[in-house]
Amino acid sequence: MTTAEHPSGPPAPPFAGGPGRVRPILPPSPAKNNRRRGGDGLWPWLFIAPLVLGIAVFYLWPIVQTVATSFTETGPFGGSTFSGIENYVELFTDPQLYRSLGNTLLYTAIVMLGIPIAVYLASLLNLPGLRFASLYRVLFFLPYVAMPTAVAMVWRLIFNGDFGLLNYGLGFLGIDGPYWISTPVFAMVAVAIVGLWSSLGFSLIVLAAGLKNIPPELYEAAELDGATRWGQFRFITVPLLSPSVFFVTIVTVISSFQLFDLLYAILGSSNPVLPKSMSLVYFFYREGFVNNDKGFAAAIAMVILVIIGIVTLLQFRFQKKWVQSD
Amino acid sequence: MVMAFPFVWQIIMSLSTNAEVQSVAPVFWPAELQWSNYVEVFERLPFLGQLQNSVIITVVRTLAQILFCTLAGYAFARMRFRGRSVLLALVLSILMVPSQVYLLSQYQIVQGLGLLDSLGGLVLPGLFSAFGTYLMRTAFLAMPAELEEAARLDGANPFQIFWRIMLPLARPTMSVLAITTVLWSWNELLWPLVVTTYSDRMPLSAGLATLIGDRTTDYPVVMAASLLAMAPVLLLFILLQRRVIDGLASSGLK
Repeated sequence: MTTAEHPSGPPAPPFAGGPGRVRPILPPSPAKNNRRRGGDGLWPWLFIAPLVLGIAVFYLWPIVQTVATSFTETGPFGGSTFSGIENYVELFTDPQLYRSLGNTLLYTAIVMLGIPIAVYLASLLNLPGLRFASLYRVLFFLPYVAMPTAVAMVWRLIFNGDFGLLNYGLGFLGIDGPYWISTPVFAMVAVAIVGLWSSLGFSLIVLAAGLKNIPPELYEAAELDGATRWGQFRFITVPLLSPSVFFVTIVTVISSFQLFDLLYAILGSSNPVLPKSMSLVYFFYREGFVNNDKGFAAAIAMVILVIIGIVTLLQFRFQKKWVQSD
Repeated sequence: MVMAFPFVWQIIMSLSTNAEVQSVAPVFWPAELQWSNYVEVFERLPFLGQLQNSVIITVVRTLAQILFCTLAGYAFARMRFRGRSVLLALVLSILMVPSQVYLLSQYQIVQGLGLLDSLGGLVLPGLFSAFGTYLMRTAFLAMPAELEEAARLDGANPFQIFWRIMLPLARPTMSVLAITTVLWSWNELLWPLVVTTYSDRMPLSAGLATLIGDRTTDYPVVMAASLLAMAPVLLLFILLQRRVIDGLASSGLK
């Protein structure tokens, strides 16, 4: 079979690109084979129709609509009129945006402290001969799968300024603990401690899988060459684990920027401290569904989209470097 | 152990009296175990109705996602048709979009359909999942083509090939999808909060959240209620822990 006879390809022009450019002759792939026999006909459409319709109606169309809404003003009777970039101007001059962004960053920073802790714990879990390793895995993972609003209840008790366990413990150290949940910065710190607690298990599992993928021969060879424990950590563990660390970092940043559940559940919806302890998503929720300013809320959603987009782009940039932890 | 302590403390508090919970020097063990707190959960809160809502929402979404995502995932992985790559790219593009971007309009659609404060509205957008489609497509992509070829020569139509041959092979991935959907649906807060206003129409996640800030809160009853609300999913997790952990870790998505 020559190129010219290939049913789906045009005949190669004789001198188009010299002999080097002749199309390679490949064995027909099952796909093409399939198409020649009439393809799959209507079948694929039946298979994808429910999902694609659902995604189009409930996800794709709403995305388009939110972009449009962000350029409109919601009228008093629910109608909306085009208002250009007014929402964005209003948003970027609103100090609440920067406060919410700052709070979200503070939360993200504290939750990120969990990553070095997770690296340390993962290396402990990976030690040969550790007993109850799977029990530890379960214990660390439990907070990750527990309902945020349900665990928030007990954390509220622990953080209680009058009879909370945390301040009781701090009292022994001679520290007069604050009213965590009703003091602006401390409220966010409290929420972030819970966030760290609940996300630690996920990081730990991914990192432990990453550690398992490092061939033990490397360590044996290094030991023969007289490398110290620290040297092994520095020259084997760090470079080979860095893809997993990077992956965990990205996931943590993305989910931290979506902070809502824990904040809402720990602080409550009528807490006077909220404006000063709001996350970006809480700001969005308040404007969109409490104050009912859809256009303004849509503009906030766009800001969140751009931030997550930048983080995702970074992830793609480095994707070659991180290995899936299958 | 720091990780498990909040759960233990919650159990202890759920068995105490309100006075014991609020005593300034913590009472580490209640004078008398107050099992009646658990009975009061059902008497004082619309707990049973919310539990029922949570169960229905979670079961319906999980079944729907498994059905829709395996069908579409299979077609995207194994069938040839015009526009396939464009449609696939459109579906997967949602994975990168934070939920706030579609939430406003989803609310308006559900409102337009007259489904606010109803199970239909609660369940609706979560029936479809781009992530599930991605997950199932990956599973089907990894399967050997010989099986399909053999079945095709035997005269099986595409649906029979999918149903009898490929689907059984995809079972492990389907269980990962089921587990992630159950977890996500049971614990989800923002959507129920937005769609429902009456506490008896809410699922447990939102119902519990409404208890916060109530000054007259009966702490032990609230502790008991939140333990009961978490229990089904935590039990499921403990029973299937290896599969859940490996599944979530390898799917690499929240």
